[in-house]
Amino acid sequence: MFDFDVIVMGAGLAGMRAALAASQNGSKVAVITKVYPVRSHSNAAQGGINAALTDRGDNWEDHAFDTIKGSDYLADQDAVEVMAKEAGSEVINMEHMGAAFNRDDQGRLGVRAFGGQREARTFFVADFTGQALLHVLHEQVLNSGVKVFEEWFVTSLIMQEGRCNGVVAMDMRTGELHVMRAKAVIIASGGVGRVFEPSTNALICTGDGIALGYRAGAGIMDMEMVQYHPTTLKNNGALMSEAARGEGAHLLNSEGERFMERYAPNMMELASRDVVSRSEQTEINEGRGIDGCVLLDARHLGEKLINERLSQIRQLGIDFAGKDMVTDPVPIRPGMHYIMGGIKTDIDGQTSIPGLYGAGETACVSVHGGNRLGANSLLDTLVFGRRSGEHASEWVKNQTSASVDDSYSKTDREAIQNLLNRDKGEMFGQIRLNLGQTMNKHLAVYRDQNGMEQAKSDLIELKNRYSNVIVHDKNLIFNTNLIFTLELGFMLDCAETIILGALERKESRGAHTRTDMPDRDDKNWLKHIVVSQINGEPKVDYVPVNITKWQPQERKY
Amino acid sequence: MDVDLNIARFNPDAEGKSPYRQEFNIEVNETDTVLDGLIKIREEVDGTLALRCSCRSAICGSCAMRVNGQAVLACNTKITDLVSNKNKSINVEPIGNMKIIKDLIVEFDTHWEKIKAIDPWIKTDSSPPEAEYIASNESMVELAGVMGCIQCGACVSDCTVLAVDETFLGPAALAKAYRFIADPRDEANSQRLKDLNEPSGIWDCTRCMQCVEVCPKGVDPMGRIMKLRDFAMEAGFKNTNGARHAEVFSEIIRNNGVLNEFWLPVKTFGMFNIPEMLKLAPIGLKMVMRGKMPPIFYEKIPGYKNITKLFEKTKVL
Ligand SMILES: Cc1cc2nc3c(=O)[nH]c(=O)nc-3n(C[C@H](O)[C@H](O)[C@H](O)COP(=O)(O)OP(=O)(O)OC[C@H]3O[C@@H](n4cnc5c(N)ncnc54)[C@H](O)[C@@H]3O)c2cc1C
Repeated sequence: MFDFDVIVMGAGLAGMRAALAASQNGSKVAVITKVYPVRSHSNAAQGGINAALTDRGDNWEDHAFDTIKGSDYLADQDAVEVMAKEAGSEVINMEHMGAAFNRDDQGRLGVRAFGGQREARTFFVADFTGQALLHVLHEQVLNSGVKVFEEWFVTSLIMQEGRCNGVVAMDMRTGELHVMRAKAVIIASGGVGRVFEPSTNALICTGDGIALGYRAGAGIMDMEMVQYHPTTLKNNGALMSEAARGEGAHLLNSEGERFMERYAPNMMELASRDVVSRSEQTEINEGRGIDGCVLLDARHLGEKLINERLSQIRQLGIDFAGKDMVTDPVPIRPGMHYIMGGIKTDIDGQTSIPGLYGAGETACVSVHGGNRLGANSLLDTLVFGRRSGEHASEWVKNQTSASVDDSYSKTDREAIQNLLNRDKGEMFGQIRLNLGQTMNKHLAVYRDQNGMEQAKSDLIELKNRYSNVIVHDKNLIFNTNLIFTLELGFMLDCAETIILGALERKESRGAHTRTDMPDRDDKNWLKHIVVSQINGEPKVDYVPVNITKWQPQERKY
Repeated sequence: MDVDLNIARFNPDAEGKSPYRQEFNIEVNETDTVLDGLIKIREEVDGTLALRCSCRSAICGSCAMRVNGQAVLACNTKITDLVSNKNKSINVEPIGNMKIIKDLIVEFDTHWEKIKAIDPWIKTDSSPPEAEYIASNESMVELAGVMGCIQCGACVSDCTVLAVDETFLGPAALAKAYRFIADPRDEANSQRLKDLNEPSGIWDCTRCMQCVEVCPKGVDPMGRIMKLRDFAMEAGFKNTNGARHAEVFSEIIRNNGVLNEFWLPVKTFGMFNIPEMLKLAPIGLKMVMRGKMPPIFYEKIPGYKNITKLFEKTKVL
């Protein structure tokens, strides 16, 4: 058995930031991650990170307002205020740690424009900002006392009398399960992308932490809010960063028209993501698309700028769409990208379960509400990662270790053994694919009651199939077959919270757009939907939105 | 279309535990990558196939492997680029210079140990400014070029020095070291260069270019190692065979306009360095016997003075 003050599940930006903060505050900290830290999905973030720096003439209130308007007024305004106020110091802190941010003429941090914001306040490292930040944070972790369990897979939370006292995790190298006791556990395991097919997300984004929180009884909030990014490649769903439009690229339909003129005359291509994705989908649905896509045209930006600031996505276009954006428009379409919802936390990362914290894409504070602004997610991971690390390390000072022993891995060990013993049934692959297809069909940019009901009944059938899933690989060492099968179990639970949340919300708000209920309804639905699992059954609750000073208004871009 | 993926496999749990080959014939699309093919196999044909992969867009660094003998990222290697009407077979193996755990999965431990060995974090003596450090965009773009390394291990896999000397820090760790030394914010250059000057460091690269060739992110590890050599010599770390070799090399050319291979090693090690001279003796003897010994006395080339002038003009060494 291992024993720590604080265990962090996940080594993305949120997890490593949390671990550093807790360790600097004197806690004995472990990070458990199913991939090497630098392989975490945070590395995929291309465009940048937002912060309103006052010495640049910007101010946090403008950033907060843009965020709240972007969220379609579903974000909790106290949380957004915290994020906007603390953004500057987090970005500067990353710079001091060694992130190679692009500069302006005076050698200060340079900015680019991003969607849904009236001010250019997105700081960036070319078009691989996430990778740049992730590696720098990893350097700091290597120089700290944090113990990192690399390629270890968390299978469950250790719960005693409604409190979280650690995790059970598998060392993937040996296949052995270990009990890992902690006074506090911070879940920072990233998003749920693979629940949808296709998705911009990595194959490891399977919602493990959200599902573990759900199974343990924590509230899961805003899950109906699924972001479809406006510019993803058709073939493999890879992302073409919003940075392209931030740098001035246009969106064209089959008639060569900059169609955003009709939907968002002021902000055009840089309206909020939900708005742009809906506009594209409408163009495609009304027959002005090309083979299910519209075009991202960056030709007028010139090769020099593209090479300096968009080199990575230029290569993605060449590799995966056969189009070089220097000479050709690239066909793109809306694609599943981000989950605004997650484990409900307060502004210090605390969930409804004592000893359990959440941070990053896994958590829902809620700063993104109905729609996240581009470049606010990296910020969310750092600000709330640090805050949960700090809070947890303070909190554990007054806690004694629970009586936990090695027997706590027994249930998981038996479940896994049963799974390995089963030899009649189907492999995970088709079940996962069918789940993704159903979700992408019925919980996409446009939704309606019938479609969502269909998804709900599909899910029941998928869960039935899953109860007979088999694992080909019967060995223990690096059994990725087993890992994928366990992940699929997590994904099915996440899908349940998404579908239930979506069926519950009887209006259109942010990313949740219903063709059968096209209007926003502040009177009845200016509230969060929280799904939790009580005695194995899902239960739905409401939580009011926290409004500090920005009253809901009509949303126009 | 269909292709044959011929995969090097190894199951550590199996009895006998010997590596074997397995060929899978699969249907693929025009745009499919080698990774797509492998995923298809493990999801539809044989769930036991083990490999690491995650982002599918060449940024996470998980899926480095050897395809047709060369280290690549499977996720940005298109199948159509590898097959023809005549040959539809593709060879897939784990990356080299690392121990195999299972199928295409290798131990990265030694890789990370070497990364850690270069103290991979920014070191400053003074406390940071209140706001950001002021730096030119050029310096940051240049730095971002090397920080674009995704630690995939492709360069480590195909490094010809590591293949014969596992103590060599290797291209990835040295490129990482460069990242700190080139960073205007780091204040530990002199100690870093001193450490890199030790055996297994910057002077052990043979400049075979293999790392530059296979790097999927254009990091140019060898180019960085060469720059580190320059930095080390500029900082006054000249007391290594490598540094002396470089100095003697240019000295001979500067003074004669042509290289003399007899004097190069002799001067590098020092004529009175008896142990090294004794070590050279057997090679010298062999060369004499095969008639390949370079002349001890040699002539300067005509116009050598112009070469000397060139050296003065460009102020190298
Ligand atoms: C293509 C793309 C581009 C993006 N661009 C931007 C951008 O420009 N700006 C922006 O702000 N946001 C962007 N985002 C969103 C942003 O990158 C993510 O929301 C954010 O990085 C998530 O970070 P995280 O720390 O929460 O999780 P991740 O970085 O996903 O890390 C999750 C961690 O959890 C671990 N883990 C998961 N399950 C388990 C388990 N069972 N056991 C052990 N460990 C586990 C993983 O190993 C990993 O270390 C982008 C997203 C994508 C997909």
